[in-house]
Amino acid sequence: MATVLEMPSSAPGPLATPPDLHAKHGWRTAKSSLMSVLMGLSLVAVMIPLGFVLWTVLSKGMGIMSWEFLTSDIPVSDRAQGGGMGPAVLGTIVITGFATLLAIPLGILGAVYLHEYGGVSPLARFVRFMSYVMTGVPSIVMGLFVYTVWTLRFGLEGVGGSLALACLMLPVVIRATETMLKLVPDYLREASYALGCRKSRTVLTVVLPAALPGITSGSLLAVARAAGETAPLLFTIGYVTKNNSNLFNGPTTALSTQIFRNATSPFVGAQDRAWGAALTLVALAFLFTVAARVISARFATKR
Amino acid sequence: MASMQFSLRSKGGHADRAFAGLALAAGSLVLVILGLIAITTGRSSVEVLQDMGAQFFTSDVWSVPDQFFGSLALIYGTILTSIIALMFAVPVSLGIALFVTQVAPIRLRTPIVYVMDLLAVIPSVVFGLWGVLVLAPNITGLYKAIADAVEPIPVLNSIFGPEANGKSFFTAGLILAIMITPIITSISREVIDTTPPGEREAALALGATRWEMIRGSVLPHSSAGLVGAVMLGLGRAMGETIAAALVIGSSQQISSNVFASGDSMPAIIANQWGEADSLHRSALICLGLTLFVFTIIVNMAANAVVTRSERRSQGAV
Repeated sequence: MATVLEMPSSAPGPLATPPDLHAKHGWRTAKSSLMSVLMGLSLVAVMIPLGFVLWTVLSKGMGIMSWEFLTSDIPVSDRAQGGGMGPAVLGTIVITGFATLLAIPLGILGAVYLHEYGGVSPLARFVRFMSYVMTGVPSIVMGLFVYTVWTLRFGLEGVGGSLALACLMLPVVIRATETMLKLVPDYLREASYALGCRKSRTVLTVVLPAALPGITSGSLLAVARAAGETAPLLFTIGYVTKNNSNLFNGPTTALSTQIFRNATSPFVGAQDRAWGAALTLVALAFLFTVAARVISARFATKR
Repeated sequence: MASMQFSLRSKGGHADRAFAGLALAAGSLVLVILGLIAITTGRSSVEVLQDMGAQFFTSDVWSVPDQFFGSLALIYGTILTSIIALMFAVPVSLGIALFVTQVAPIRLRTPIVYVMDLLAVIPSVVFGLWGVLVLAPNITGLYKAIADAVEPIPVLNSIFGPEANGKSFFTAGLILAIMITPIITSISREVIDTTPPGEREAALALGATRWEMIRGSVLPHSSAGLVGAVMLGLGRAMGETIAAALVIGSSQQISSNVFASGDSMPAIIANQWGEADSLHRSALICLGLTLFVFTIIVNMAANAVVTRSERRSQGAV
């Protein structure tokens, strides 16, 4: 505030002429404009590398992209040109899909506990704090965790990847759902109680439906992030070149682990497939994000 | 709500209580998972800790052929790359957050936020792919030029040394910076938006320019929350694996030269896991546990700061 208080003394001839309120001192306006320009430039500074990344993925990925690329088997030899990523596309969809089935119901229930039952009780506050902390647990640690509790016993299979992704999604879904439950007005709950509904029925038939669009949007964002995760899958799902849609039987593969593997390959064919897989993965993630945006925008206009 | 409970409880209702129990169980799952992470990775780490003792944390030699595992170089790499990432990401993120909330015309705000959110979901492996195939091969020349330019200057010539490699601490830091910018930006934006409009308008009414208004009203109001946002970004940068694994160069050394190849805790786990056997594997899991403890501490502190600042700003309104 110091700068603001000094202002009158820096105004020229305060008694001789009435101060011109519109004329600010040159250097002060200049400094303000300079800082505004710097802020704008910082946006440009981020957009340039991000745009460059996207453009590279798009231009290199389009070269190999085709329906065949998305469906045919991965060549056994890295040297081979062309080929496809079909098993990886299938693996990503199945693994992420099962993770979603695990994480979203549990996350919603957890948030229901936090907001509808726990409230400000010490346990609920602790769970809430720890779920925020859990959002920051590195994905590679989740992978090591699932490796030690699951993969060591049951071997490399898709479900291990799903478990790791579900652990990553859980706190995100809890947080998004709790935010949405907060927005449900209390009079809806009270109306339901007044009609004689029990609490569980109120939550299931009144509160959750009211918050559903927001929960869906938050969950889709969690799915978009999970689909691109690589580190937890490295330890849990293994590697195959043929389709394996069975999560509980033998190793499988995913787009993200294929990109990681092929990125360090010296062969152009493998690198091309990595770019194609990157384009597919980015497109999937964007699709889910845009869907989430559309749903939440529609929700916002309705409210 | 609380006042309604007595009537519901008194009528019994097994389904009702079962549902409450189910919700409690789902909520507690968070605690169970975090506890299990600590226990299981801790148990797998025992082997290497018994073999290496305190040297696991004090030695900078990581040698697979000798079965000798010291993590100091990897801890160093994790901290150095995170610091480089923060040095680029923090000013830029704060700039964008201030630009979006204070400078940009209202019509532009939603599209900018929309695009930033979209960019935040680009998978890290895609950044890694770009970093290793596009950025690393092309940036070596720039590193060499910087190293030549600062060669006569005492301290700078050891930080920007002549042995420049495209895959280095610095490249990893740059990629991490791009990746954590959207996160720091979005949290900072939310924090800055909690500044009461009255305080901003009061500063403007006193004749402050826009920058003076930001410095006098907005930044003091949101400083605690901004610190929290930066710390959450730090937590992300420390745990980020795949992008760093691809561009850091995989050489386990402590070097003051940021253009030299290095390695970090998450990167070495991802790179060496495939060929690791018993003791080596235990060492990698122990690195994971160390990383877990680091990020948990950073995140707890960050969340405490953000929550406190949110509560205070709500009290002020």
